[in-house]
Amino acid sequence: MPSYISNFSRRKFLAGTALSAAALVMPSVLKAQGAGVKLGILHPVSGALSYSGTQGRLGAALAVEEINTDGGIKGLGKIDAILGDALSTPEGGTAEVEKMNSAGVTCIIGGYASAVCLAVSQAAARYELPYVVDVGVADAIVTRGLKNTFRFGPGFGTISKTALDNLATINDAAGRPAKTVMIVHEDSLFGSGLAKLLNAQLPQHGFEILETIPHPTPTRDFNNVVLKMKAQNPDLVIPADYYNEYVLLARTMQQQRVRPKGIYSVLGGAASSYKFVKEFPDAAKYIMDCNHWFDPRNPKALALKKKVEDRGQFYTYEVYMNYSCVLLVADALSRAGAADRGKLTAALESSTFSGHVMPYGPTKFVNGQNQGAAPVNTQVLDNDIKVVLPANFAQAKPVFPMPA
Amino acid sequence: MFSPLILITAILNGLLTGAVYALVALGLTLIYGVLHIINFAHGALLSMALFGAFFAFRLLGLDPYLAALFLAPALFAFGYALQRFIIGPASHGDDRNILLVTLGVSVVIENVLLYAFRADTRTIDVPYAFQTLDLGFTFLPIPRVIGFGAVLAVAVALWALMTWTDLGKAIRAVAKEKLGAELVGIDVSHVYAVTFGLGTACVAIAACLLIPTYYVNPTVGEAFVLIAFTIVVLGGMGSVPGALIGGLLIGVVESLSGLFLGESLGQIGIFLIFIMVLLVRPTGLFGVKA
Repeated sequence: MPSYISNFSRRKFLAGTALSAAALVMPSVLKAQGAGVKLGILHPVSGALSYSGTQGRLGAALAVEEINTDGGIKGLGKIDAILGDALSTPEGGTAEVEKMNSAGVTCIIGGYASAVCLAVSQAAARYELPYVVDVGVADAIVTRGLKNTFRFGPGFGTISKTALDNLATINDAAGRPAKTVMIVHEDSLFGSGLAKLLNAQLPQHGFEILETIPHPTPTRDFNNVVLKMKAQNPDLVIPADYYNEYVLLARTMQQQRVRPKGIYSVLGGAASSYKFVKEFPDAAKYIMDCNHWFDPRNPKALALKKKVEDRGQFYTYEVYMNYSCVLLVADALSRAGAADRGKLTAALESSTFSGHVMPYGPTKFVNGQNQGAAPVNTQVLDNDIKVVLPANFAQAKPVFPMPA
Repeated sequence: MFSPLILITAILNGLLTGAVYALVALGLTLIYGVLHIINFAHGALLSMALFGAFFAFRLLGLDPYLAALFLAPALFAFGYALQRFIIGPASHGDDRNILLVTLGVSVVIENVLLYAFRADTRTIDVPYAFQTLDLGFTFLPIPRVIGFGAVLAVAVALWALMTWTDLGKAIRAVAKEKLGAELVGIDVSHVYAVTFGLGTACVAIAACLLIPTYYVNPTVGEAFVLIAFTIVVLGGMGSVPGALIGGLLIGVVESLSGLFLGESLGQIGIFLIFIMVLLVRPTGLFGVKA
């Protein structure tokens, strides 16, 4: 006789029935309080991008913590954050989407790097799973017609246009002291793409490009690059590097006493970093950057800054962008009224969310891109990072050219 | 074309950078050249030593140059134990196993560092970090000049140790004929471990010389290891003067090719020289035929 029949005792039958009855009753009990919503929080927390990924995860976790402390999403209950590690690779991101989909998440937030965001958005689209990009700036992320993908922050096109317009504005306002430019860029997609764009557009704004210097990541020594700067003496240096190389370059420039009229970055690796300003205040002085930044006049943004700094972490853009993205999704979910992917997508499409901490215009998604998103220009002034443009968010006027 | 002053400055910068390469390579030439251990963990050990120098400064306020006095013996002990109790027993005397064991050790060290200290890049700010030596036509950073002098001193000390001491003779004997060395009473396992420890101590000193002007994160050591392997082959396996001259040469070649070809292509010069040496003088500049 098969064992499963012989072992099926009266006691087991009763226990099984009790469990089944409990399982049937429990959901209705939970539903009365809101059953909770599973959100996928996906970042590269290991590998080359792990610092940024960890910071992004921190921002998302802080938002989830706040929402859950306040009782969760209205009508839906608390957020159950399903954490994922994209391993700093597109494949890693795709694998996490599969896991998160199996876990039954209603939405995925994060990605950080453009390459990861591109892969994650495609994988999530197969399951009609809403995906909110936290940082990834490549324009292709939102131009492929994927209905599930939303980017709250600005894309590369908007950032580079704003950066060039603001550079021209700053230079014109100072009487056009800068005429010549040297571009130093890391040689992967980010730096090379930016250098190409700058080479095409800077001459239209009246700048002469003396030289464009690519370098690999990591680069151990920037003395040669700085030697070339010394030889050509450009008015403006535009670095497009990741954090480590940016810091090494700035330190070498200080060591070799190379002081151009301005250092102007676009999505600069360290230029808008409190860590850089704290550790190397002299090398960071007067550096300008066009980058993601929080709204310095928003009390919520300042409260978040304090909370992050109290935890011994730096308030980097990954933190407040992910924080804002989670709030955006929570708002859409409460309007959708259900942890349903289709309803959430519709709610995101019609979002006018304003409870974030970014210096953006009104939220409006067109083909997945938030039209209100824009970068700002910052400058390191008085050992702090101040917004200098646009005027409606500015805390100080740009200091240009740099004082000798 | 660049002016002669820029060329001279580039050469000087190359020598200063090459000195640190040489020190990393000195450690490797002992382990790789003498013991024939392809030590994939060398980069991870460098990262570990950089963290050691970083925390000695941050937590104890120890100047990195002073920290070298403590860190070098500590890393020597770590290297000794690593070879004696992990790499040696786990490899069962097979070179292929050693390769895998050191690779495994590097993965473990890097991930322990990642777990303990996160991927965050850290730097220290010593008072002399931005001081320079004014040569009239250029400025040489003081920490790198100190580093250059220290590397020369370490290389001389190591060369003296290998040439004149019983330990040096034992190491060379083991490298030449392991069985013979064992027959004349040399404790081969001990010599292996001491050599590995010496190599690791070199890495500790290199870390202390690097940290005033460089940064540390769990994977930072990788950037130096490929160059160090090149220097060991270029200078001649197991040759202390070879590693020193090779390191300085590679530094200058990298600097000049970076200047002329751009930083992205700067490494080409290194590997062209490497291929040339392999074709023309496969034993390396200071190596001897087996």
